Amino acid sequence: MRVLAWGLLVALFCASGAKGIAQQTSLIGKQAPRFVRPDLSGKRIDLGELRGKVVLLNFWATWCAPCRVELPTFAGWQTSYGQEGFQVIAVSMDDDRAPVDKAVLRLKMNFPVILGDAKLGNDYGGVLGLPVTYLIGRDGRIAARFAGESDLKQMESAVEKLLSQR
Amino acid sequence: MLLRRSFFAIFLSLSLIAIVGTAVQCRAQFSEPGGSALSIPESDRLQPAALAKLLNGYDAEKPLVLQVGSRLMFEQAHIPGSAYAGAGSQAAGLQMLESKVASAKKNKLIVIYCGCCPWTRCPNVAPAYKRLRELGYTNVKALYIANNFGDDWVGKGFPAAQGE
Repeated sequence: MRVLAWGLLVALFCASGAKGIAQQTSLIGKQAPRFVRPDLSGKRIDLGELRGKVVLLNFWATWCAPCRVELPTFAGWQTSYGQEGFQVIAVSMDDDRAPVDKAVLRLKMNFPVILGDAKLGNDYGGVLGLPVTYLIGRDGRIAARFAGESDLKQMESAVEKLLSQR
Repeated sequence: MLLRRSFFAIFLSLSLIAIVGTAVQCRAQFSEPGGSALSIPESDRLQPAALAKLLNGYDAEKPLVLQVGSRLMFEQAHIPGSAYAGAGSQAAGLQMLESKVASAKKNKLIVIYCGCCPWTRCPNVAPAYKRLRELGYTNVKALYIANNFGDDWVGKGFPAAQGE
């Protein structure tokens, strides 16, 4: 009976989708590749000017199911942690803009959304699967990389840790 | 003793409900409107190593290899010799796919791949496979990419090319 109960506990843990951080060693600890792009509203987004903030850089696409699950959570974090110097930037890897405009409204994205391209993807080590999220510390260095269906609690803990570093 | 048994019975029931609930929720969140890649028969799935071997072979007739996912991902990395054929999840993508195979014989080996997302989450490969079968192509294989193209092809050292 006890063995069965423990088995179920393990199954529950697995069913929760918990996964570890997939770190891309080539970029972790290095300065985040700088980019300057307009967001969907035309506002200029310069990653270099965000030095001093903790940046969550998320590569996503409208057709990516796990991305659609994450993005509303990121919007909540933007609201909760924005005053502490937290900034989400979403990079759409869609081929066309039209579905992105619709998704921004539907998913209530309250942060800048820029349109990605192959160069930006290559600069970040090749975005060859979605979603991919980079956490960038206040010093502009990449602290963590999350790929695929990530454990958002683990990611939030990493965000809080970076925010606590002044 | 009776109390202990009752506790375990309740615990087991709640655990089963939680597991079933989680599974149903995940299925609802990630269900793909164009059909899941799980609908592609195993006999029509091609493992990456098998495709690499096929492409390296000198004797066999080369297959027509088409990427049916994201153009941006294709530009970053794709299988050498493959062509971009439009996203299978979109009507315009399926039209492009039709044009790419228009001159191919119906028994030509056609290999489609995407790799945008894990196999069970991919919105592109199943609709593309289905359309090719509807068009009468009898030798269609889908490259089985378990996680994504980066992990399962590029990361494993299979040849990749960049650009359009």
